[in-house]
Amino acid sequence: MSLTHKTAAELGRLVASRETSAVEVAQAHLDRIAEVDSKVSAFLHVDAERALAQARAVDERIARGEKLGPLAGVPIAHKDVFTTEDMPTTAGSKILEGWRPPYDATVTRRLREAGLVILGKTNLDEFAMGSSTENSAYGPSHNPWDLSRVPGGSSGGSSAAVASYQAPLSTGTDTGGSIRQPAAVTGIVGMKPTYGGSSRYGLIAFASSLDTPGPFARNVLDAALLQEAFSGHDEFDSTSIDAPVPPVVEAARQADVAGLRIGVVKEFGGEGYQPGVLARFHETVDLLESLGAKVVEVSCPTFGYALPAYYLIAPSECSSNLARFDAMRYGLRVGDDGTRSAEEVMALTRAAGFGPEVKRRIMLGTYALSSGYYDAYYGQAQKVRTLISRDFEAAFHQVDVLISPTTPTTAFPIGERADDPMAMYLADLCTIPSNLAGNAAISVPCGLADEDGLPVGLQIMAPVLGDDRCYRVGAAVEKAFDDRWGGPLLSKAPAL
Amino acid sequence: MSAITRDEVAHLARLSRLALDEGELDHFAAQLDQIVGAVARVAEVAAGDIPPSSHALPLTNVFRPDEVRPCLTPEQALSGAPAVEDDRFRVPRILGEEA
Repeated sequence: MSLTHKTAAELGRLVASRETSAVEVAQAHLDRIAEVDSKVSAFLHVDAERALAQARAVDERIARGEKLGPLAGVPIAHKDVFTTEDMPTTAGSKILEGWRPPYDATVTRRLREAGLVILGKTNLDEFAMGSSTENSAYGPSHNPWDLSRVPGGSSGGSSAAVASYQAPLSTGTDTGGSIRQPAAVTGIVGMKPTYGGSSRYGLIAFASSLDTPGPFARNVLDAALLQEAFSGHDEFDSTSIDAPVPPVVEAARQADVAGLRIGVVKEFGGEGYQPGVLARFHETVDLLESLGAKVVEVSCPTFGYALPAYYLIAPSECSSNLARFDAMRYGLRVGDDGTRSAEEVMALTRAAGFGPEVKRRIMLGTYALSSGYYDAYYGQAQKVRTLISRDFEAAFHQVDVLISPTTPTTAFPIGERADDPMAMYLADLCTIPSNLAGNAAISVPCGLADEDGLPVGLQIMAPVLGDDRCYRVGAAVEKAFDDRWGGPLLSKAPAL
Repeated sequence: MSAITRDEVAHLARLSRLALDEGELDHFAAQLDQIVGAVARVAEVAAGDIPPSSHALPLTNVFRPDEVRPCLTPEQALSGAPAVEDDRFRVPRILGEEA
């Protein structure tokens, strides 16, 4: 098997034992990028020279006998919303074109410390707002299963990179489903850790009370290894949880659901869901029962209001966060001809630098926060948020984890929803509640939909700081399906 | 009845410091009207006495000792600035009248 098709855990082992070198591993992935990324467009920026230099440094440390972590020498694709001081950071926006941040995000720093080799930065919907990467100012990424379809979003470059073997691992951020939905529609694993479990320092903010960095991988154990590598308390993020990282790697190795109580969310299914998605989901429910789990139906009555609440809360936070793009301290400046005021330059710059979805959300948030509307919109949405957390609390008294389809449909064609915001927002229907409540949730592959042959994701939701449960159940599902299918789902994807 | 008018969108664009053209205003007015109409569904939830959540976790303010620590140098802080003068950010005029 070529180096690009191995797991991250295996690559880490091969590099540590010096059966192969980190440089060889990096070069194999750079060659793969050169071969396929003209079709996939997963990357906004690739830095071969720096990647090889990082890999050489890992090889030298191992040669000196240093003991490094399990992912040392493993390549990774990094979402272009994390700051990197040695590479441009754009957040998929024209307003930050060519910007080079003066410092590394905490996640970036921890990847480096763990010896991961950063190949480059991946495409995303502008400022992580979207479900398809079509909102990127630099053009969409393509789904490796069908290049005419979206790879999900906002972390679609990261999902596409891993699903097309350009990297065994990638980073993402999940504000309303931006890791789980792209993982689901590309047939890979994507995890949203507990809010506050991974640092937001140096993550370009979209909605600060929801934004959560997390891992993508082609299998559950690799995702756990990556989450463990970049998680943990960070004094630079005031919402970072000062508690040990849940035992995610151990749970991924445990891979067993015997005796676990699993709740099927009653409110997720039916109208608006693709039949092939529901068929694979129901099959997975049967599978979990056959593995010894006790499956029951659980009602979460407020979940039906999570989507409208989210589309008030997230735009409100975005309208405030994106005020920092003011054309004064960094980024684009337009129209400064010596006659215009700062305010005029600001308005011209933001009109030229932001794309339509970002403008929509800034104005929607400004509306929801304006006097006269605040109580009816933002205030009411915050109350709904409380009720959603209470639904989760009540559910987790009855069951250990909740499950649902990750997303109502498989990957949709590029262009289909591009100018229909409400249709696009529906992609996040099942993922949003866990962002509002801050709990952990993962997406793992559960088969292909009959009508289009495209991947379907299973979402597993666990309580706050119960991340290990997501990995434990996810790994059990993965093991059973790999046995049934004779290998990972991704091996059924067409060659590029 | 529309949930949001074109004039309101023009006002929101001004508040948001977005210099939108007429075509954009028409386009966004129709879309925002549809979106506001859809998200207004939150009003259906009986939540009168429910406390609002601004945040998922029950966190309170986090403090650290007030000590000087290393930070960005002026060169680093100014490295991405559109215009610089005398180690400072150079900005367009900020007063309503000519100085």
